[in-house]
Amino acid sequence: MASLKDLRNRIASVKATQKITKAMQMVAAAKLRRAQEAAEAARPYSERMGAVLANITQAIGAGGEAPALMTGTGKDDVHLLVVCTAERGLCGGFNSQIARFARDHIRKLLSEGKTVKIICVGKKGFDILRRDYAQLIIERVDLREVKTIGFANADAIAKKVIQLFEQGEFDVCTLFYSNFKSVISQIPTAQQLVPAAAPAEAEPANGSAVYEYEPEPGEILSDLIPRNISVQIFRALLENAAGEMGAKMSAMDNATRNAGDMINKLSITYNRQRQAQITKELIEIISGAEAL
Amino acid sequence: MAEAFQFELVSPERLLVSEKIESVVIPATEGEMTVMANHAPVMTTIKPGVVTVKTASGQQERYVVFGGFADILPAGCTLLAESAVAVKDLDRDDIARRVQDAREDVTDARDDAARTRAEQYLAQLTTLQSALQAA
Repeated sequence: MASLKDLRNRIASVKATQKITKAMQMVAAAKLRRAQEAAEAARPYSERMGAVLANITQAIGAGGEAPALMTGTGKDDVHLLVVCTAERGLCGGFNSQIARFARDHIRKLLSEGKTVKIICVGKKGFDILRRDYAQLIIERVDLREVKTIGFANADAIAKKVIQLFEQGEFDVCTLFYSNFKSVISQIPTAQQLVPAAAPAEAEPANGSAVYEYEPEPGEILSDLIPRNISVQIFRALLENAAGEMGAKMSAMDNATRNAGDMINKLSITYNRQRQAQITKELIEIISGAEAL
Repeated sequence: MAEAFQFELVSPERLLVSEKIESVVIPATEGEMTVMANHAPVMTTIKPGVVTVKTASGQQERYVVFGGFADILPAGCTLLAESAVAVKDLDRDDIARRVQDAREDVTDARDDAARTRAEQYLAQLTTLQSALQAA
């Protein structure tokens, strides 16, 4: 049985931990709001990009002069996976969820006899995937120094992907990230970047309008596709940032609550034991007095 | 007074402008163009340059954009800029840094096509830089 002093120390330490988790929760809540705002601010751009893309693919249509990034290499042998995770832990199952999703995908591809290459964005995903697939990771993007994710960060990753494609390093590129649905629910998502999956849901707005293109549609498209990849990655990073903060918030909320429960339990044990000791001392005094 | 139409300037980070305007000058790749209401549908790429917006109330606002697209319709005009900033908030060092990056791109270019593209971008940037310094 722990002594009274041990129990007191224990309670003090749990209280200190509770303060930390509570502070972390509040920080995560503030950051979540900012991340959500950023994600919302980025939405108009990607929406319009989708609409423009739909328009222009429709215009090119049968022309068949679509750039390789759009049509792919016609093969399906080498897969490049871009796995986006958070830089920090302490956010519940957020990182392991994405990593597990990616790992299932990798296992499936490998069993089909395909070659897999991985680009890790974020430290945590790298740490997890390194255990099983260290030899498949070709690149690791570190965003630890980045406070707020800018378009430039996404653009750098997209450039790398495009460069690899031009060198014929892969045939299909898939992006893994966590879709921010709500604070308590983030859904690991896979999205194909190359060849660009046709933006099916983007309705060809003002489809009847006959556009004039300046320069040629093909040229615009070959400019637009790489940009679209950057935008997709940017969106994924923002979703991830919001998801990470949401997951961290609920994880820290749980931790704070658990610490509270623990303090309650420890306090009860502490009080009982103190009472037992007092009773014991009383009995000793009384029986001592009776003996006289 | 000319008819007003909807203009939107969007960068990946945020929506900069969304309002009724009278006219806008866009630095299209094949030359500057002024867009007013009821313009024929045009889609064009834009080069680094200055976008001049004349609002319906007659004020002039200028923005620096670094490449992107313009989607012009009779009812409105949407500018998707890779990066955009109002001229008054512009940081000269930022441009200098971009020029520096572009120079490095030129030296790093692996083949002729890439080099031509990088050189073109650099030329556009330096033009923009000198235009802004003059202003």
